[in-house]
Amino acid sequence: MRGFLSLHTRTGWLAFATLTALLLIAVPLLNALPADSALHLPDYLVPLLGKFCCYALVALAMDLIWGYTGILSLGHGVFFALGGYSMGMYLMRSMAGQGVYRSQLPDFMVFLNWKELPWFWHGFDQFWFAALMALAVPGVLAFVFGWFAFRSRIKGVYFSIITQALTFALMLLFFRNETGFGGNNGLTDFKQLLGFSLAEPGVKLGLYWISACVLLTVYLLAQAIVHSKFGRVLTAIRDAESRVMFCGYEPLYYKLAVWTLSAVLCGLAGALYVPQVGIINPSELEPTQSIEMAVWTAVGGRGTLAGALLGAATVNGLKSWFTVAAPELWLYVLGALFVGVTLFLPQGLIGLVRRLRPGKTEEVRA
Amino acid sequence: MSTKSRTFFLSSLAGGLALALASGAALAADTIKVGILHSLSGTMAISETSLKDVALMTIEEINAKGGVLGKKLEPVVVDPASNWPLFAEKARELLQKDKVAVVFGCWTSVSRKSVLPVFEELNGLLFYPVQYEGEESSRNVFYTGAAPNQQAIPAVEYLMSEDGGAAKRFVLLGTDYVYPRTTNKILRAFLHSKGVSDDDIMETYTPFGHSDYQTIVADIKKFAGAGKRTAVISTINGDSNVPFYKELGNAGLKSTDVPVVAFSVGEEELRGIDTKPLVGHLAAWNYFMTIDTPENKAFIEKWKAYVKKNNLPGGDARVTNDPMEATYTGINMWAQAAEQAGTTDVDAVRQALGYQTFKAPSGFVEQLDAKNHHLHKPVYIGEIREDGQFNVVWKTEGPIRAQAWSPYIPDSAKKVADWTYPWVCGNCTEPRFK
Amino acid sequence: MCRLLRFLLLACALGSTLPAFAVSFDDTITHLGADPQSLRSAVGELAAANDPRALIFLEALRDGRVSFRDGEVLIKDGDTLKRARDGVAVTGEPGSAPLLNNAVRRGIDSALTRLQLTSPDRAVRLAAATAFADRPVRAAEDSLRAALAAEIDQEVIHALRLALAPIELQSEDRGKRLAAIRTLADEGEPRVIAVLDPIAKGDDAELATAARSAIDAITDRQWFRDQAGNLFYGLSLGSVLLLAALGLAITFGLMGVINMAHGELLMIGAYATYVVQNLFRSYLPGAFDWYLLAALPVAFLAAAAVGWLLERLVLRHLYGRPLETLLATFGLSLMLIQTVRLIFGAQNVEVANPSWLSGGIQVTAQMVLPYNRIATVIFAFAVLAAVWLIFQKTRLGLRVRAVTQNRGMAAAMGIDTRRIDAMTFALGAGVAGLGGVALSQLGNVSPDLGQARIVDSFMVVVLGGVGKLAGAVAGGMGLGIVNKFLEPAMGAVLGKIVLLGFIILFIQKRPQGLFALKGRAVEG
Repeated sequence: MRGFLSLHTRTGWLAFATLTALLLIAVPLLNALPADSALHLPDYLVPLLGKFCCYALVALAMDLIWGYTGILSLGHGVFFALGGYSMGMYLMRSMAGQGVYRSQLPDFMVFLNWKELPWFWHGFDQFWFAALMALAVPGVLAFVFGWFAFRSRIKGVYFSIITQALTFALMLLFFRNETGFGGNNGLTDFKQLLGFSLAEPGVKLGLYWISACVLLTVYLLAQAIVHSKFGRVLTAIRDAESRVMFCGYEPLYYKLAVWTLSAVLCGLAGALYVPQVGIINPSELEPTQSIEMAVWTAVGGRGTLAGALLGAATVNGLKSWFTVAAPELWLYVLGALFVGVTLFLPQGLIGLVRRLRPGKTEEVRA
Repeated sequence: MSTKSRTFFLSSLAGGLALALASGAALAADTIKVGILHSLSGTMAISETSLKDVALMTIEEINAKGGVLGKKLEPVVVDPASNWPLFAEKARELLQKDKVAVVFGCWTSVSRKSVLPVFEELNGLLFYPVQYEGEESSRNVFYTGAAPNQQAIPAVEYLMSEDGGAAKRFVLLGTDYVYPRTTNKILRAFLHSKGVSDDDIMETYTPFGHSDYQTIVADIKKFAGAGKRTAVISTINGDSNVPFYKELGNAGLKSTDVPVVAFSVGEEELRGIDTKPLVGHLAAWNYFMTIDTPENKAFIEKWKAYVKKNNLPGGDARVTNDPMEATYTGINMWAQAAEQAGTTDVDAVRQALGYQTFKAPSGFVEQLDAKNHHLHKPVYIGEIREDGQFNVVWKTEGPIRAQAWSPYIPDSAKKVADWTYPWVCGNCTEPRFK
Repeated sequence: MCRLLRFLLLACALGSTLPAFAVSFDDTITHLGADPQSLRSAVGELAAANDPRALIFLEALRDGRVSFRDGEVLIKDGDTLKRARDGVAVTGEPGSAPLLNNAVRRGIDSALTRLQLTSPDRAVRLAAATAFADRPVRAAEDSLRAALAAEIDQEVIHALRLALAPIELQSEDRGKRLAAIRTLADEGEPRVIAVLDPIAKGDDAELATAARSAIDAITDRQWFRDQAGNLFYGLSLGSVLLLAALGLAITFGLMGVINMAHGELLMIGAYATYVVQNLFRSYLPGAFDWYLLAALPVAFLAAAAVGWLLERLVLRHLYGRPLETLLATFGLSLMLIQTVRLIFGAQNVEVANPSWLSGGIQVTAQMVLPYNRIATVIFAFAVLAAVWLIFQKTRLGLRVRAVTQNRGMAAAMGIDTRRIDAMTFALGAGVAGLGGVALSQLGNVSPDLGQARIVDSFMVVVLGGVGKLAGAVAGGMGLGIVNKFLEPAMGAVLGKIVLLGFIILFIQKRPQGLFALKGRAVEG
């Protein structure tokens, strides 16, 4: 217990508690206020905040593999999408008979004149199975991919580029109608989750709440990991892999473990994301989508978990804001943000705060 | 971990919330807000930007005539950035935050599918202006683009006629996504019903954004070399059309040998292609810029003036096309319906919309169908001219009623889209209230 | 004068074969309507009319020079308007144009070809006969036989025989049928298999054997042609990939900069081509065909200038941090895309092929090698050679190689490494601009042009091996050719997926690509 408490300083825990209170208590309370109140949190913001929580989860996963281990993945969209598709498949199966064709099969299969469910769709009518798959499929894929890549000592930009090839190949695969995941339209028009109607504001709030809980839990978990001995080996691999090897560690297993964990977290984020936005389709697999995920982490500040959260919130907040306020300009703002952060804020926004108050920076580790 | 960083994070989050709250509260009451949901960036900007422009033009025109119900229309333009989840998010924002009376938007089927649950959940009103694969009918959506029977099937009938070249063999060529797949499925069933056997149908798909059509064009030549008259039915999407047509022109596949009829290539797309080698190839639409009617002349003049006044990119070269006409017609119909209903309340306007007629630039009085929410539209077949416009070589006698559910797909053949009493259902096989 | 001579010659040539039922040219022209239906029947009548004026009229109709005014059919000949029925010049403007459709155009083509069978010009006759051999028309049988009887040139006779062979297959005379089968075995196109098939399955043993071996011969020939076609398509696709990736091979391969804005440099090259084209169209319409040559230096300089700016303003601060470069250049690419979108609009812009790049070489009836494809292959290797020369034979190249191999040592030798970096990057960007010129001739020019190419370009460079030009060539050509051989077997979509899977596996096996740079020069 003492070890756990020592993850943060006292002020650190205080800030964490404030964030927890804000996300888990303040948001539902503000949402519950009458609609004409000035402090009322409108309903449309709830799924948006839930979406941000999922993105922040991805940024955390990205930070573990890139910020702490120094491996840049340009294919994390794959794991996110696989988690999302698993959940989407459950949602499609759970509404069997309620689609427009009143068929036991998902609508797009009726559309394509398929007579029975493809083998890989079996089992997804059970929530536990889908939830398991949302974690297991990205995990297994990452494990196999990572095993080969790390064993061949593929590093740096080479690794980044083959992960990009992976996401591109899977995007083309999922685009095909014949692959059996709804092609370009993807999976959509979901009705209910575990019997709860997804159109209910209460259910949306619940989903948001669960996402926030998961995010905070994973944040603590990640803190525990990066402060453990395992985490320190990861940082050592990032800084000088050959020296780690000379010290008698086998980097392969460390890299593989954190890579797989990162993928599983992405799958989890994807599974939480899909019921809240109501659609999963191959555009999540576009290479630029995965680059954006890396950008969240970089903007916030690599190598600090709070930075990942901050980066995901800032970039996506700006994106949501500018696509309404100044649609013509948002690519400029986003582009300038990336350039500015890499040029002037190598430590990300977190680093900016530190630079402003250099004297008062506290030690990271307790 | 710095404490400061954490406070910064929290305060930025709180700041964001406060901003969002403030803008939500500032609702102006003396205007009617209408949403425009078209991608202005990303891959679909290429097509959708024009629709945003023409929507703003139409709104300006309506405002100049005094607006709707004595109030001015206030467009709320958002950019879903060709990102499908963002479409749903923006739709929710338009309906819940901006409280728009109606939304004009979407181009791709996936964007429509993405926003559909949002409109149904919040009882919003969406006008969808693009031709699509059908197999859908929603209480909350009015479809002003063509269903397959208003575009694809007449085009194939034309190809099989003496005038169209009496084609006996067909290449169904498309980008691998839902619209081409479904359209080709309907066409295959239709061709079977006309006695064309599977041996005489070649179905090929290319990946999204495909840019190398050498093999495909060679395959078409081979297939066409079997002796029977062959025609190509292309549902290639957006950007891939340019490399396809360039390859076609340079490989010497002339319209007299193998005519290509396209469902996604209009005036706007041809602007990006050197059309000289393509003369004689065909497109099927419900509107062409060359249609010679007073309504169309006025429409084009307004558009040209609007482009000039706002100094839009492209200038004089800007053209009008089918989805633009559908957007124009849709907005006008909505304004008429709101006037008639005396309110912008969605349920009242929906009732009024079902019986609106409008003399569209296509030269026909078009009517919205109260039952299936689709527009009755005429069908034109046009041949590509050297100047990138189309010569109308064939047209229907009058507007055709859309079949939201295709009779050529076994599972949807018995479905009825009827949003009037006593059906009130978009996909029933029997009335809901008997 | 020239036309008159042609009239007379044609009249002589046609005199012997004039059929009795021919409708008179004057009748047809007087009752001509402007709608497709009546045009089509008129064209059919004119094809059989054997009147020299018919040829002139049909050519004019095909070229869009015919118009209707006050019940009179007029033909525009150069700057003068003439009446179709007697060739008398009239004054005033052309009238309304007739409405052609494909059925009419096809009728005109076939009628013209029939009339051309009796042309005094040997080349015209040969072309007409070959056209019939490629595309048999039943109705032309009489014309073909008449032409064969009158023909003296061996080559034309040969083409006519080939054109008649599918018809002869139905002949009553067994000898003729056998001869026709042999002719087709030697030169027939795959389309005649449908006609040969029933004979091969027929009762007559000798004919059946001959037909079977003819089918085999045709199929074999087609197989070789298909493979040759695939090879050409692969080379051509490979050249495109190479052109798109060559600039990246320089910036990424030699400098280690992951330039996600590389695609946008291609786009800038393509837009530069567009601008040059428009300038030529406005100011030098006479020299329009040569705008592409002028576009090459413009595109190179425009892209190089943008590249130089990027390097000076952003990238120089990020050397040695490849992953940060990736993010910064991604941001830059977003800004470049939006800038172009605001200037030129989001839509595709039209970049026309100059006339010398339109069309292609007809190899067989089924196979055409388009000029723009051939030019791309040549251009790719020309650019490659130029880049190679720069690196191997110039002082700049020497210094670039020195900096690549050992930066510290190069600096110690007095090389201004910063300047060399900027120049190298500008060179890579300029080469990307040249790639953009080539892409503008093959595909669409839009703000998103670069995004579609960036992944492929990285694959080419990584597959080939970083740091060697030969690697980029092997990577580009390898991907192009394998892709084109996979495509017929499994379709475009699956082919591409399989190829990407193959790249991923290959890099596991050979992380340094096909051509590894020896030593420890480039390590991520």
